[in-house]
Amino acid sequence: MANESQSRDMQVKGKQEVAGAAEQTRPGRVFIPPVDISEDENVITLLADMPGVAPNDVNIDVRENTLTLSGEIKPFEGAEETDILVEYDTGQYYRQFTLPELVDQDKIDAQLKDGVLTLVLPKAEAAKPKKIEIKNN
Amino acid sequence: MITRRLFDFPDFGWRNSFEEMERMRRYLDQVLGQSEAGLRIPAAGVFPLVNLTETKENYMLRAELPGVTAQDLDIQTTGRNITISGERKIEPDPNVRYHRREREPGRFSRAMTLPGDIDREKIEASLENGVLTITIPKSEKARPRQITIKS
Repeated sequence: MANESQSRDMQVKGKQEVAGAAEQTRPGRVFIPPVDISEDENVITLLADMPGVAPNDVNIDVRENTLTLSGEIKPFEGAEETDILVEYDTGQYYRQFTLPELVDQDKIDAQLKDGVLTLVLPKAEAAKPKKIEIKNN
Repeated sequence: MITRRLFDFPDFGWRNSFEEMERMRRYLDQVLGQSEAGLRIPAAGVFPLVNLTETKENYMLRAELPGVTAQDLDIQTTGRNITISGERKIEPDPNVRYHRREREPGRFSRAMTLPGDIDREKIEASLENGVLTITIPKSEKARPRQITIKS
């Protein structure tokens, strides 16, 4: 099945904008980055597409059980450039998640490569599943 | 694979109508105080979406390709046409449980016709933070030339 999905032609998906103008304090548009979230016994892994964001301009915040991702982009276009065709808009990225389990906040690992943010959130000891042995008497 | 051509318009006069529409759209947004989300239809429904700008010397073509490496990209030109094709690879990890799968893998190919003649020898492409930028120099005869008025 993995190979099947790999060979598919990509479809155009418009960027989704954050709903509600009340959230913004700065002008400009704010988009929701698409994410993959996976989980195993020890970590929750989050991958987010944030094209155009430099590694220093991404902000990750975990407070209690809310994870906030935001990324800023700098304008790409030089001052002398005039638009001929605009198919996509650029703007900030913003997305919040409620984490289902306790996360060890000191050990969060973030990496931004080729416009993809990889966030590894280790689960806190208390949140890891413990196997309970059934004793036979 | 679907490829669609843009700019199959006559060279003369079409650009102004685009600019006019864009200006009108911005004006309406201002008046209505709304964003244009949902109102805009991509000019060509082929991945990747591109933005094209120009300076006096160059065309600048940009596309957002997060997670695509230079090895996975193929850029070719013939005449005024430029083709961007490649594949975005996302290997699913069989050992984990997925909660969300919003990022899509797949192949893509897009062909475009530029509005003017280009110097194919000097095209440069860079991939930075998931954004592909192709700098396409205009050919000598397509560059604007200043004309001095003799008195």
